[in-house]
Amino acid sequence: MSAITTGAAPRASLAKLRQRRDRWGWLFIAPFLVVFIVFLVAPLGYAFWLSLWQKGLVGGARFTGLYNYVRVFTDPVFLQGLRRVAYYVLVMVPIQIGLATIIAMILDTLTTKLARLSRLLVFLPYAVPAMIGALMWSFLYSPNFGPITGLFKQFGLTAPNILAPDNIFGALVNVVTWQWVGYYMIIIFSALKAVDPSLYEAALLDGASTTQTAIHVKLPLIVPSLIMCTVFSLIGTLQFYTEPTILRAAAPSAIPVTYTPNMYAANVAFSRGLFNYASTIAFSLGIIVFIGSYLFLFLTRKQSGLK
Amino acid sequence: MKKQLIAAGVAGMLALSLAGCAGSSGGGATTNPSDTSTSAPANNGAACDNTITKTNLPQVTVWAWYPAFGPVVDLFNQTHDDVQICWTNAGQGGGEYDKFTTAIQAGTGAPDVIMLEFETLSSYTIQNALVDLTKYGINDIKSNFTAGAWKDASVGSGVYAVPVDGGPMGLLVRKDIFDKYNVPIPTTWDEFATAAKALKDAGYPGYITDWPSNGESQLLALYEQANAGASGFTYDAANPQQLGINFNTAGTKKVQEYWYNLVKQGVVANDDAGTTDYTTAMVNGTYASYISAAWGPGYLSGASGGSSDAVWQAVPLPQWDKANPVMVNWGGSSFAVTTQSKQPELAAKVAMGIYGDMDSWKIGVEQAALFPTYLPMLTSDYFKNLPYPFFNGQMINADVFLAAGQGYTGVVYSPFTPYVRSQLDQANAAMMQGQSDADTTIDNFQATLVQYAQDQGFTVTQG
Repeated sequence: MSAITTGAAPRASLAKLRQRRDRWGWLFIAPFLVVFIVFLVAPLGYAFWLSLWQKGLVGGARFTGLYNYVRVFTDPVFLQGLRRVAYYVLVMVPIQIGLATIIAMILDTLTTKLARLSRLLVFLPYAVPAMIGALMWSFLYSPNFGPITGLFKQFGLTAPNILAPDNIFGALVNVVTWQWVGYYMIIIFSALKAVDPSLYEAALLDGASTTQTAIHVKLPLIVPSLIMCTVFSLIGTLQFYTEPTILRAAAPSAIPVTYTPNMYAANVAFSRGLFNYASTIAFSLGIIVFIGSYLFLFLTRKQSGLK
Repeated sequence: MKKQLIAAGVAGMLALSLAGCAGSSGGGATTNPSDTSTSAPANNGAACDNTITKTNLPQVTVWAWYPAFGPVVDLFNQTHDDVQICWTNAGQGGGEYDKFTTAIQAGTGAPDVIMLEFETLSSYTIQNALVDLTKYGINDIKSNFTAGAWKDASVGSGVYAVPVDGGPMGLLVRKDIFDKYNVPIPTTWDEFATAAKALKDAGYPGYITDWPSNGESQLLALYEQANAGASGFTYDAANPQQLGINFNTAGTKKVQEYWYNLVKQGVVANDDAGTTDYTTAMVNGTYASYISAAWGPGYLSGASGGSSDAVWQAVPLPQWDKANPVMVNWGGSSFAVTTQSKQPELAAKVAMGIYGDMDSWKIGVEQAALFPTYLPMLTSDYFKNLPYPFFNGQMINADVFLAAGQGYTGVVYSPFTPYVRSQLDQANAAMMQGQSDADTTIDNFQATLVQYAQDQGFTVTQG
């Protein structure tokens, strides 16, 4: 651009043009911006403001600055919840992304009608609302109503209680994986479809097997999509709430009300009425999610093409 | 010029979206001008779950989740020409409490009258959310209620709710199972432990009962029974900074030890309460008895999947010392008036009037299986001699619950019941996973409560 604008007069008119264009730009993003400010920025600001005040059940509210944050990061219940979701991230994210990638690759190689049907079936759980999905699983896991007890009985075995405290981790990993693999699969699948087929042809001519093509040609090309899926999965898992909340109805002592940081925040606010501390918990979790996703994007900046 | 136009456009959109919010929360007032001319209810945007025919009268909004409450509301509205009830079912227990807590924080949105369980009253008086009804003449009807219910509705010298139903405790047993294995039905806790083993030894595949890790309300009542009826808390709304916490008593530890051992011996189940599986196990013969309250029969007869040959019987709750029986209570609820109400006097009148006559109580007893705290009903021959089909016609009130209800003297609840309950749950779950023994569980529980109370600004006295 600078190469074209040499004289002083054209530069001024260009600036005017850009200014005019900017105005129209603002108008076009206004509908989004208004909703964004009213329903996201303003509540966030209010929550942050609340988190700067301390208010117990007795005594009035006192402005204590960042003291609530000191309390949160030394609160064993919050830290335990945080460790729990970190563990979920370590186990659940690789399983989800790994499964989604493998399925997408397989479906990409197949071109039969069956492949199209399978794609739909893998995606289907994502179309089920998370609430309904979790509710359904809580019945499938149930020792009295679920099919698992009967299945084990067929072989003369006693079924493990999936809703017991020791097993609830795997139970929740399964529910979330079932729900989300299809969604990530579709993203990865569309990335695969965008790859230039001539590359496969070249690989084929070079004598690469299907597996080799998958690993050495396809995988490097879809890395940006994989990274995007991982970030989604990371954020979703750190904010783990819906599935444990629903499953809690079937396994109350395996999933306490403070199981994840988000559940803890909801409990502190709506059950105990301590909105200031709850805001602090929510904000602290937000900061951790932000740091976590930023760190991940920073570490993968080369692969994702951000740099 | 253009800039101004855009700015105006943005402002207009903002105003529109804001107006949208306002319209949805307070729409009722503008669409129905007749309401505003009379006394406007506090929650004037709410749509009623009932139909109000006398639309020219002032309305009082009520949140409640009693079963068969619709007919009671209709009866009240038919028989009153000065006020009408606009009833909303805002969720059962926790669902309603979450909404109420949020409304308190928001400073708007609460109803005039709200159904609250006794155990939650002081958790709301501490947030200045409830009106002391002594100002509106509740002491005039004190003689209508049992002493226990009156104490439960009071926080210190203030009375913050009108008692409705109670939950005097008893034992509901599967007589057919006890008979089949030739085990006598226990009357003391020692006999209960013996019977638990005897049933197992005789080949009964189930358990004498279930001790759920999350059965905190039931367990708190069982602690009270071993502590001569004391709840472990001392608290008075007139002195809200002071809180006494005294859980680690010999009585509490005895109860905890008792159940811990029975579960460890495998003669009592340790399944979570409140799940669908639990309800099924309760009626299909997995448990031979249910430590329950007067509302228990309603809960059991509503459960499906029960064995058709089951023979249920209600017997008094086992005692530690038969010579000095202690009656305890599990559950029970009341109507309170919120401080957000703009018409507290009218609201108090409604709160006192809803279950304030025999006709309403007939609906409450017959259709909702409530146990009245209202003495005219409680002491009536009708109630005493009422046969219960679920118990093959046994007159369970005369046999068990009347004595239990009148022997109950009321307890003091903490001003943070939700916290107490969730902590006891977690302490018990940790104990059953082998993280602590019965004794340390109670000591830790006490320490956790004291710590929390101090964090919240209370001056705590122990012991």
